[in-house]
Amino acid sequence: MSVAKSLPARAFGAVGLMAAAMVMVFFVAPEDADQGISQKIFYFHVPIALTAYACFGTGAWKALRLLWTREERYDLESYTAVHQGTIFGALTLITGSIWAKASWGIWWTWSSNQLVLFLVLFLFYCAYFMLRFSLEPGPRRARLSAVYAVFGVALIPVSFLAIRLANDFIHPTVFTRHGAQMTHTMFAAFCVSWAALLALAHVMYRIELLGKRIDANLRDLREALTAA
Amino acid sequence: MSTYAADVAALARKDLRLELRARDTLPAMLLFVLATLVVFHFALPAGTGHEPAYGLLWVALVFTALLGLGRAWVPERENAALDGLVLAPCDRSAIWLGKALATLTFLVAAEVVALPAFALFFAPLRGTALAGVALADIGICTVGSLVSAMAASSRTRELILPLLFLPLAIPLIVGGVGSSVSPHGGKYLLFLALYDGVFSILSWASFEYVVTE
Amino acid sequence: MLIRARDVEKRYGRAWALRAVSFEVDEGGCLLVTGPNGSGKTTLLRLVCGLAAPTGGVLEVGVDRAGLGFVGHEPLVYRDLTALENLELYGRLYRVPERRERTGMLLERFGLWDARNQRVSGYSRGMTQRLALCRALLHDPQLVVLDEPYTALDDEGAGVLDRELEMLAEERTLVVSTHDAGRIDALADTRLALA
Repeated sequence: MSVAKSLPARAFGAVGLMAAAMVMVFFVAPEDADQGISQKIFYFHVPIALTAYACFGTGAWKALRLLWTREERYDLESYTAVHQGTIFGALTLITGSIWAKASWGIWWTWSSNQLVLFLVLFLFYCAYFMLRFSLEPGPRRARLSAVYAVFGVALIPVSFLAIRLANDFIHPTVFTRHGAQMTHTMFAAFCVSWAALLALAHVMYRIELLGKRIDANLRDLREALTAA
Repeated sequence: MSTYAADVAALARKDLRLELRARDTLPAMLLFVLATLVVFHFALPAGTGHEPAYGLLWVALVFTALLGLGRAWVPERENAALDGLVLAPCDRSAIWLGKALATLTFLVAAEVVALPAFALFFAPLRGTALAGVALADIGICTVGSLVSAMAASSRTRELILPLLFLPLAIPLIVGGVGSSVSPHGGKYLLFLALYDGVFSILSWASFEYVVTE
Repeated sequence: MLIRARDVEKRYGRAWALRAVSFEVDEGGCLLVTGPNGSGKTTLLRLVCGLAAPTGGVLEVGVDRAGLGFVGHEPLVYRDLTALENLELYGRLYRVPERRERTGMLLERFGLWDARNQRVSGYSRGMTQRLALCRALLHDPQLVVLDEPYTALDDEGAGVLDRELEMLAEERTLVVSTHDAGRIDALADTRLALA
């Protein structure tokens, strides 16, 4: 249970990092000449997207471990990671939409490859949950979820390539995202923000995992008591 | 290796034989794809060129394939024949490959009717388009057979198959439409080949885990 | 020892199908599993075959898939194929040597030779069950696992099965489940009663 002990420390660390990120993004990094304050969402949108990728990658890795070792705990870990990834994926879509509205006045655009990719991934991982909920708990559900999680991670680069190729014949207009290169302070703010979000994702992952494990233990205890 | 090929051939032959006798899936797929093409005629507003039609062709093909994929594992579910196959000493991936080949045969058979019909109703299909259909078919049947087996284990199998399959089919649609309309059709054919390679290997390797505990 | 089970458990979600099951079967032995409906007989037999994995305990079975023959509640054959086509397919998958001869011999032994070119969908339940037995014995397995094999058999079929089981009990290892212990009791040397 050492994870549980260090959890408060990690949570405080994550909150601290988030606070630092907020400070850097809103007070330290310079405002963008063209887009003004709305450009600030870039400091959250992109790290959120990257964090989502990290979560999906973790989910697929845990899935492979499950298939390899057959140890039950990897199922819960993989599921929780995918769950976090989906939350951050949804946030990517939301922040992306807000940014599109702020930058170009429309709530959605097909020209942002990353946004479209996340839409496809969001559909894919929602199907992951539907699959999981339609199966009885047990080794079968664990295996099928694991296989699907691995497929998801393979889908990420393939879909990205597809979306880029699709641009040729779907939407010829392309909106440019950053006019200028990132200055040092901008880059620093970006990195702090990314670190903060990764820490946040990690803490959320641990909390959810702990919660689910406690749930499972409680259920087992209850059964043992009623059976005896 | 030759016993693996023989296993795959025996299993694919079994599926073809079953369909020849039952005659339910293939006629349904044929009728469905034709009906869909007619619906698309009415769905396209007047004055649209024939470019959008190529996109709709791919929608028709993917949904026709879904129809076939939904039925793919039904013979194994009846009488629990899948248990019988899983118990056999052959490689489990041979079960998947045999099924994928049989499904591919049905899909191609449906397209033999659908593609000329499309050319008749809408617009001609060039060489790269046909190559795109062939490559995408492989992707559809390899991934689709695996995903269909996953859906078959679930309580809500008819509902969940499209949900699991469609996100995976999006790259195939991009490749297919691109090979039909884009001036650089070859690029899209290469992409389809890449998809086929990656996902066929993934499906081949993971089928074992889908049918065993 | 061909099969060793120690504290085997199987649960599906919250429901327990098997709990703390232990037994041993020697090579050439015969295990009779009895118990009322829902006591987990089918689950246990599926675990022995490897169609399911135990969630707890240790289960060791000393044969691989090629040495195992299984008859479950379902016949595990294709209804739209003929008996001959079904056995041909399984014969190939199990790499049965002299496939045709063995198929013919088994069909005759179980009284299905005349119906061999008929589709299984036209068979009676008893005939289907007999075909399932042919399928299970086609590859001459070392370990034969039968889940309530007498269901659906008429007197003639039951008689054939009696003789088969006697022969098998001598040469092979058997695991048979039934809720009517009477017939097989004489052959069994190990008994397991599930609650």
